[in-house]
Amino acid sequence: MATSAPELLPYAKIREDLFRPLSNGSARYWITIAAAMSVIVLGLVAWGIQVRDGMGVTGLNRPVFWGFYIVDFVFWIGISHAGTLISAILRLTDAAWRKPVTRAAEAITVFCLMIGGMFPIIHLGRSWLFYWLIPYPNPRLLWPNFRSPLLWDLVAILTYVTGSVIYLYLPLIPDMAQLAQHNVPWRRKLYRILSLGWTGSDREWHALERAMKLMACIILAVAISVHTVVSWDFAMSIAPMWHSTIFGPYFVVGAIFSGIAALLLVMGTLRRALGLELYLTKHHFNNLSKLLLLMSLLWFYFTFAEYQTVWYGNEPSEMAVFASKIRGPYAPFFWTMVFCNFVVPFILLGIRKLRTITTAMVASVCVLIGMWLERYLIVAPTLGNPRMTSASGVYLPTWIEFAITAATFAGMLVLYLLFSKLFPIIAVWEFKAHPVEED
Amino acid sequence: MEHRWGMSIDLDRCTGCEACVVACHAENNLPVSSPEQAEKGRTAHWIRVDRYYEGEFPDVRVKYRPVLCQQCDNAPCEPVCPTYATYHNTEGLNVQVYNRCVGTFYCANNCPYTVRFFNWFAPEWPEPLQLQHNPDVSIRPAGVMEKCTFCVQRIQRGKRDAATENRPLADGEIQPACVQSCPADAMAFGDLNDPESKVSKLAGSGRSTLLMGELGTKPKVFYLERAK
Repeated sequence: MATSAPELLPYAKIREDLFRPLSNGSARYWITIAAAMSVIVLGLVAWGIQVRDGMGVTGLNRPVFWGFYIVDFVFWIGISHAGTLISAILRLTDAAWRKPVTRAAEAITVFCLMIGGMFPIIHLGRSWLFYWLIPYPNPRLLWPNFRSPLLWDLVAILTYVTGSVIYLYLPLIPDMAQLAQHNVPWRRKLYRILSLGWTGSDREWHALERAMKLMACIILAVAISVHTVVSWDFAMSIAPMWHSTIFGPYFVVGAIFSGIAALLLVMGTLRRALGLELYLTKHHFNNLSKLLLLMSLLWFYFTFAEYQTVWYGNEPSEMAVFASKIRGPYAPFFWTMVFCNFVVPFILLGIRKLRTITTAMVASVCVLIGMWLERYLIVAPTLGNPRMTSASGVYLPTWIEFAITAATFAGMLVLYLLFSKLFPIIAVWEFKAHPVEED
Repeated sequence: MEHRWGMSIDLDRCTGCEACVVACHAENNLPVSSPEQAEKGRTAHWIRVDRYYEGEFPDVRVKYRPVLCQQCDNAPCEPVCPTYATYHNTEGLNVQVYNRCVGTFYCANNCPYTVRFFNWFAPEWPEPLQLQHNPDVSIRPAGVMEKCTFCVQRIQRGKRDAATENRPLADGEIQPACVQSCPADAMAFGDLNDPESKVSKLAGSGRSTLLMGELGTKPKVFYLERAK
């Protein structure tokens, strides 16, 4: 399948190609950053209004107390699984084709967690008091409630952020050392500090290799537990169609699914924007597309199992939620979700002739839309149809929620653009022969 | 536990007049929602009267059910709060500590009775309603959750008065605003620990039912209805 393997290129050329994007910033680059920054400013204004006036500026109401913010939270934490899962699995199984993919994936993880982690704070009625969830010593000897799934969330996500930053940083060290002779003084200083005095001795290589293997194992377990805990925010409640034992694995599968889609999208964009056609080849897209197809099938299986059992059980309060999704006010979203998450990837990636880089990108965009809708369909219909039918309600978001959501997408873009300007987006040293640790 | 507060509501007596709703508003300093906010589902009524219709027109029967916080002994709202803003006190009340609430909404999402209310904005009262605030009840700021307290301020005052006069609390001495205002005498309030109290007897009667008792929340509001 591979037309050319980047591993076979001369190392001097690889270095030249992959370090080049660090030096020249085109006008297009800065215009994109400026445009994204203006979206971010709009989102900050929206958040400011929300903090000043109260949560009433959003579309939240009784009984729909959770809305876009929780959807965005689950969505971003889900995408963050791109990095860890792809990179850790491929590193542990020693898949050679992973080399140009891992860093792009690991960076997605860190940035998505930074963005997703903000939403639990944004959605608070009194967000300036968010630190009351942290167990810190205080004069009143008050502890947070460790029985609350929200506290499990806090612990899980902080662990995950810490782990994934380390996991991104470790494979950066040898590249930092290579860049320590950079000709821009402040960059030289930055890279030198970040290289931690790396000299490339045998001992250092072995230590690094072992550290990366260990982190890959740890981060895999953390990643799976994090999204399970996120699902428990819902599953631990007694609300109809939230209280489901399947939610843990269902959310993990959904997270990996959307994570791969995000990775494909980022890779396709980088390939075009930075001219990395030699490094991110059809081979990589083909492999990841197959993985996306597999996750699409798994997602469909879980969704089917979940809805089938609710439908057959025919319990009134559950059926009210079910009906509102299948044929009620949420039906257009539901069927769009099925189309985006299953039909499109199944056709575009399942038929070999149709599976190209372009169709992989199209399928990825569809999957991201579909997975956002999936989270929306978990949050809103359940809350809108509580057990007390007299209290049912409809959720109509306002511009505040749209602005804040848009700002986080822009924020992701800016973070990624800045990262790709400061650090090589493909691990350069991986292409060079270096001492390898035996298992 | 010296006291265990409970309430009974006789559905066969309730006329749906909503006097309890008005009394609760006045007693507990509940904000008045504008029509626009009410349309969005942002009203705050710690007690509401649900209407149920039976039969086909013109042979229709209307049934009313006042719904307030059921003060569950096994309350789904309590364990999910990360800051202990909602907890169980020693008299079985499900208490909301406004100062501890950061507004995660989780308690409201996990309440099967949907009887928790959020302060979407800073509370407002049209003139001259702000002049009749009850000094015994705090005004809640924007961003916190609130709900029926069984008029905890009246419970405290009743206990204090009895202690000052060095006598035991009499049954029926403490009445939440809704119970006090019910013209049909459909509601009773008292100590479930006292087997002779009116509410204990009614709760033990054959007409006593629980709202969604099958969920295992162990409510302390007992609805009395004629057995079918």
